[in-house]
Order: sequence, then structure tokens, then C-alpha cells
Amino acid sequence: MSKSLVWRVGLLAVVVAIAITLFLPSMPGVRDSLPDWWKNNRVLGNKISLGLDLQGGMHLVYQVQTDQAVSSATSRLMGSLKSSAAEKAVPLTDIKQTSATEIEAVTTTPADMDKFLTLVADLGTLESKTREGNRIVLAMKAKDAERLKENSVTQALETIRNRVDQFGVAEPVILQQGVDEILIQLPGIKDPQRALNLIGKTALLEFKMVDEDTKLTPPLPSSVPASEADALVAQYAGKIPPTDQILFEREVDPSTGSVSKKPYLIKSETMMTGSYLKDARVTISGRTGEAEVSFEFDPAGGKIFDALTAANVGKLMAIVLDGNVYSAPQIRERISGGSGVITGRFSESEAKDLAIVLKAGALPAPLKPLQNLTVGPTLGNDSIDSGKKAILLGCLLVVLFMAIYYRMSGVIADFAIALNLIVLIGALAALSATLTLPGLAGILLTIGMGVDSNVLIFERIREELRLGKSVRAAIDGGYDKAFTTVLDSHVTTLITAAVLFQFGTGPIKGFAVTLSLGIIINLFTALVGTKVVFDFINSKWKLAKLSI
Amino acid sequence: MELIKKTNIDFMGLRKIAFAFSSVLAILGIACIVMIAIGRANLGIDFAGGASADLMFTRPVQIEEARKALDKGGFRDAELQAFTGGTKMLVRVKKTDVPVGEVVDRIKAAFVTAFPDNPVTIDSSSAIGPTVGKALQKDALLAVALSMLGIIIYIWFRFEFRFGLAATIATFHDVLAVLAVFMLLHKEITLLVVTALLTVAGYSLTDTVVVFDRIRENLRIRQKDNLLDIINESVNEVLSRTIVTSMTAFLAVLALFFFGGEVLHDFAFAMMGGIIVGTYSSVFVASPLLYVWPGKKGGRLIKTAMLTKQPLRAAVSAPAAAAAMPATPAPAPSEPRAEKAAASGKKKKPKSKARA
Repeated sequence: MSKSLVWRVGLLAVVVAIAITLFLPSMPGVRDSLPDWWKNNRVLGNKISLGLDLQGGMHLVYQVQTDQAVSSATSRLMGSLKSSAAEKAVPLTDIKQTSATEIEAVTTTPADMDKFLTLVADLGTLESKTREGNRIVLAMKAKDAERLKENSVTQALETIRNRVDQFGVAEPVILQQGVDEILIQLPGIKDPQRALNLIGKTALLEFKMVDEDTKLTPPLPSSVPASEADALVAQYAGKIPPTDQILFEREVDPSTGSVSKKPYLIKSETMMTGSYLKDARVTISGRTGEAEVSFEFDPAGGKIFDALTAANVGKLMAIVLDGNVYSAPQIRERISGGSGVITGRFSESEAKDLAIVLKAGALPAPLKPLQNLTVGPTLGNDSIDSGKKAILLGCLLVVLFMAIYYRMSGVIADFAIALNLIVLIGALAALSATLTLPGLAGILLTIGMGVDSNVLIFERIREELRLGKSVRAAIDGGYDKAFTTVLDSHVTTLITAAVLFQFGTGPIKGFAVTLSLGIIINLFTALVGTKVVFDFINSKWKLAKLSI
Repeated sequence: MELIKKTNIDFMGLRKIAFAFSSVLAILGIACIVMIAIGRANLGIDFAGGASADLMFTRPVQIEEARKALDKGGFRDAELQAFTGGTKMLVRVKKTDVPVGEVVDRIKAAFVTAFPDNPVTIDSSSAIGPTVGKALQKDALLAVALSMLGIIIYIWFRFEFRFGLAATIATFHDVLAVLAVFMLLHKEITLLVVTALLTVAGYSLTDTVVVFDRIRENLRIRQKDNLLDIINESVNEVLSRTIVTSMTAFLAVLALFFFGGEVLHDFAFAMMGGIIVGTYSSVFVASPLLYVWPGKKGGRLIKTAMLTKQPLRAAVSAPAAAAAMPATPAPAPSEPRAEKAAASGKKKKPKSKARA
């Protein structure tokens, strides 16, 4: 055996060994029995992960409504201005928010307006837009508004991350996408609906007072079917005081499952928000045995809550979450401990999720769902099954065809296919690639297209033999002359695979990756791998006739 | 075993019929593109926005009842597909105003209301807003355009411009033909289908390159002969090569078509159609285009071939060679340009290999 042949056989053996080594961590049973240094190595420890379409899971894209974050911030600024005006005794006749970024204020005299303006300057974020004597329009500075928008996206990301962490999903993906979009991937999730609720909830907790003084005619019904809630609000639109709003408490009839809503007349002013919450936990009420959420304020919140409850003993306070009334208990006494309880006929998982969401904090702005893909476990498993079957059948068809059409040389080509697959899987593992269903299709195509390299070579060899060349010369000539054509065929497929990789979404990227890698590896296995076998056979047995 | 021994089919003679057939396919394909542009084509929800849900019922449900239930729930033009005897149903809804976050719930609610005693669960679902769909459409178009550009540039490097043009037209024709088939069968065009089209484009090019390689060689060797005859004989020589390579890819995709599951079904169908059309176009579209363009005598074509400094290989002069001799340029000093282009043009490089 010539020296070059020995080297090449050695090279093949080494490549196969490396590929198998790389693949080992991806096999679920094997991974655990590997020593730690192997598992944690940056290259050796990588494994192939399954895409969402094979594993099951959720892929969500949300858009953060940054405009609303700005609007809420403006509203908070207005609140601060009001209280500091009251503190410094600057008489304000009127102050209201006129748009997402603008506040209009009127004082009694222009001199008072000057005093008011110093308060505005102290606050910093607002600037004067137009002023006429004692009337002024304030606007949020553009830079501040921009910064607020960016921060709201980052904050939303953090909040979602906290929530998902506490929910307990293995290997979630939470990323910012573009300017204001958030991408969330939750692999292997068992309860998609719960996850959706957990993530999408703005979770703005507000404490508002129930308006017990205004009498409405006709009085509010005690409950309406859920679908008529909007109609009810429209019906009372002109009749309720401008400082009030109608909010509903959601009730589900346990026997029929129908949803009804109980209306409350609530004073719109938010007395306190959930941003002061320090902790929230699920507790079981000793009295009713139902799950409740106990919460605790931080010291600053505790003080505000103390003042609030002291001023409103005997009145009804509504606990409002995302615009829905959860309960409206009566304040029986002043609460100085800074803690409270939210009840609402929760199931234990509902209470748990509410606690998670309150603890992780409210989202700075609502999330608008743009895309929601859920792959259930059944579809995931079905996909894996059909992928496996297709690859097996495809392999079989191609292998048989080559063996029949090119006889022994065909069998050699089949050996190259096997080599190709082994190295491909090793490469995928080394790159920590994600295998998707189209990725499996890519593997199948690698087999179908890769074998073409051998077809081109073998057809050339046949031609050389027909010209009367010796077996050795025919083999060499065939490989020589077919080389550029093989190269061309692979490059053209690679061009489109590269474009697909660039533009494709997750599953398509998976396809592009397996196809590209497979084709590149095929250049090696088809040209070197099979030639080694031919040369080996030739050197051992000096063939007079070639089975091709 | 050899399926196709020495053939002598007059491919060029059939070119008028082939052009007519191909033109029809191309026009249909363009019609499909127009329909996509005006929004009347059957686009999948990943392009058009909308929702789809895999529902599992406890007891079988008839499609008609399901359709009525959806109607009542406010989903007028839903597409329905039933599997495994009616217990599994795929619902697809496009063009709905219901926001992404609620649409799947509403679909389920429609069924809960209509069949209160037949519990239903949702196994998988997709809800995609219209803006995402539009962004994807743009991306897909860009991808197709870039691929075509890459192909033109690559063939331009490997051959002369006329070859490049003929190859690109043939490849574009393949994409249009598959689109036409999808339109005629009113099949849904999803992102996977576009992926199949792009893969087909890249793959059909290999076929075309094999034929062109041979034509270029024969042009160099047999300068005295009629261009028509040269092209004809070149195609005949590589016919077996072309058909077998397509056959192997076709077998692989066939397995996918039968066993690949619902998700990959249309993808496999597009690939199968594409492989067949790709083979057809290399023989009946790309090669005759070389003859037709430019000028009937093909004088310029031969002249340019002569200008590329390819030495004639010694083996070629063997008198026994009546039919053309295979003489691919050796990949060493005589063809630095092509070698450089092949290796440098694209991002991925072939692994280094030991030369025999």
C-alpha cells in the first residue's frame, strides 16, 4: 500500500472518530455518563438541540406599546406637579393631560404661573411649549421621551425574564428584536395558555376608591353577561361623573362555565399602585379554604398605605389589576403594617401566577402580540416520527438505487453516504446546531444531492473505460475530470442555501444549515472517501475489470 | 446497469414545441406572481397573516358542522382539514380582524359553544399578525432576487455571459413553472414552499452546468461542425448523467413526500415538481437558448469559445473518438480564472482534500 493511501485511510479513520466523539453529548442517555471535563468543554460538550417544531413549545413575538409608557409617565408627572403645587401653595385652577406627552395647566394669575414654572423646572422632564399669561402647555422633552421608550423595552424584557424564571421553563429564549419587539421562546412548555397569561399580563395593580356617594338612575345592575359589558359602559357614558369610571369584576359560574361581569362605579384617581410591592405570596385563607395572594409593601409604600387606609376607614377600596376589579373590600381599620390580601375565588394555579406577576412587577407598557406559534407535544412527536421514517426510506431508496445501477462502485458510494451522515451529525453537534423539521429534510436532501457527486464521477469513469483505458487510469481520469463539475454543482446549491440562511426564520435556517454543511462535507466524502476505497481495492487486488 | 446507452435524440429539433410549452408555463408562473401581488393568491398564513389551529376532539366531528360552528363564531372563510377519522381537525383562518392574542381562543370558543358535549383541546396553533406577514413577504422576495443574482454572477464567472443568461432564464423558468403548478392546483404558498423553490433553483443549475460544460468542450474540439449538431450531441452524451442525478434527488424527496408528515408535504411536492422541471429545462430550454441567442449561425458563440485559452487534451486527438470526447479542463494552471472564481466567489470553501 502506497504511503499516500495509508495517510488517507488514517485521515478518514480520524475524521470518523472525531465526528462520533462530537456527537456523543447529544445522545440523551450517554450524556450523563460522560466525565465533567468533557461535558463542560467548550467544543466537546456541545450538543444538538431540538427546534421548537420537534420539541414542542411556544414562539411569541410581542410589540411593546412604548407610546403608552410615555403616556403613563406623563400622567405620573402630572400627579407630581399637582401635589407639589398643593404643597407650595400655588393655586392651580386646572391641570389635565391633553396627549401622550402634553399637559395643560391654568393658574389664577400670571404671577402664580411663574411660580408654577419653577416647580416644573425642578421636576426637569417637562418643558414649556406655549404660554399665554396664566395658561400653559407643557410637553415632555423629546430626548426624555425617547429614552423612556427605550427603557420601557428593556424594562419589559427584564420583567418578562423574571416572570418566566419563576414559572420554571428550561432554556427559555427572551430577546429584544428590533426597536420595540420582544421575542420569547419557551421550549417544551406543557401549559401554553398559562404561559401566555403570565407573559401578556401588564399586571398594573392599582388601588382605587369605590364611589359610594353618587347615585345612578337607573342603578347599576348587579351583574351582566360578559358580552354586554361594553354596551353597559356606553349606556352610562354621559351619566357618570367625569372623575369616575365603570370597572368590572369577572365572575365565572362554576357549573356552566359562563362568564359574567359585575360593574362597579369607581373613582378614576389611582390612590396607589403595585410598584410599591415588596413581596407577594400565595396563602390559603383560614376562613374559606380558598387560595389568596398576600402582599407586602416596601417601607415607602407602607407609609402611603397607612395614610390611605386611615383617611378612608369604612369605605370600599377596589383592588384593580389591569383594569379589572379583583375585589372591593371595606377598609375596616387603618392598616399600618403595610400588607394586605387579594381574594377573588382563585384556583391555586391562578393565585400562584398572580403572585409571580405581582412580585416580578408590572410591565411598563402593554404588550401587543404580533405572533404566536405553539407546537403541542403531539405534533412535535409526530414530526420527529415522520422525519425519521422519511430519512430511513429515502436512504434506503438511494442506497438500493446506487447499488443496482453502479454495482460494487455503487456500494462504495453508499459507504460515502454513511460517512457523510456521520461527519454531518458530528459537525452539527460541534456547532450546537438546532435541529428542526426542515433541518431533517435538509439531511435527506444532502443524501439525494450528495450522491450526485458520485454519479458524476462514475459516469466519467464509465466513459474512460469505454475508451479502453485501464482500470487504474479510468478511475484516476474519472475523478480528475469530474472534479470541477462536482465543485460547480455544490457551489450553486450553496449559493441558495446561504441566502436561505440569511433570510430564513428558525426552521428554515435549520434547513439551510444542514443542507450547507452536508454539501460541504460531501465534497470531502465523495471525492476523498470513495477514492480511498477504490485505491485500496485496486492496490490489494489489481482489478482487471471494474464493477461499475 | 445502464438505463440510457447511446442515444441520438434530436432535442434541438423539438425546440419549437419545447419553447411553446415553456412559454405557457412561464406565463402561468408570472400570472401567479401577479396574483400574489394583488393579494388574490393562496398564501400561507406566515405570509398573509391569520391563524391556524390543530384541534383534537374527543369524538369525531363532521367538517360541515365544524364549518357552521366557525361561521357562527364569526369566522367566515375558514379552511378546514380533517384527519384520522374526524377527531383531529386543522382550522385555518386568514384575513381576520381579531387580534393575534385572542384569535385562537375565539376559534376554540366557537367549537366549545357548538359542541358542548365534545371536549376539544388545541394541540398546536399559530397566530400571525398582518405586519409580520408583510415583512416576511418582503424578505422572501429579497431572498429570491439575491439568489438569482448570485446565480448569474457565478455562471458568468464559470462561463461566458451568454451561457449565464441562458442558465438564468432556464432557472427562472423552473421557479415560475412550479409556481404555476401551485396556482393551478390552488395549493398554499408558504415560506417552506419558497425555500423549496430556492433549493430547486440552485439544484437545477447543476444540471444545466453539466450540459453546458459538455457543450463548451465540444465547441472547442469540433469547431467545423454545425452548432445545432454540437448542442444536440452534447445533450445526448450527458443525458444519462442528467437523468440519474435527478433520479437520486427525486427518490430522496419522494420519501419525504410520502412519509414526511403534513408539515413537509407541500415542500416535498414543490421539490419534486422542481426537480422534474429542472431536468426538462436543462435539456429543452437552456440548451436551445444557446442556439437561439444570438443569431442563428452561432458564429459569435464559437468565437468566444475559441478565445478562452483551453488547450486541447492529447486524448482528444484519438481517431476512435467519433462521438465527443470528454475533456473537462484540468484544474491546474490552464484554467486559473475558473478555479479562482469557483473557490473565491462564495463564502464556503471546500474542505482540503488529498489529491489522488
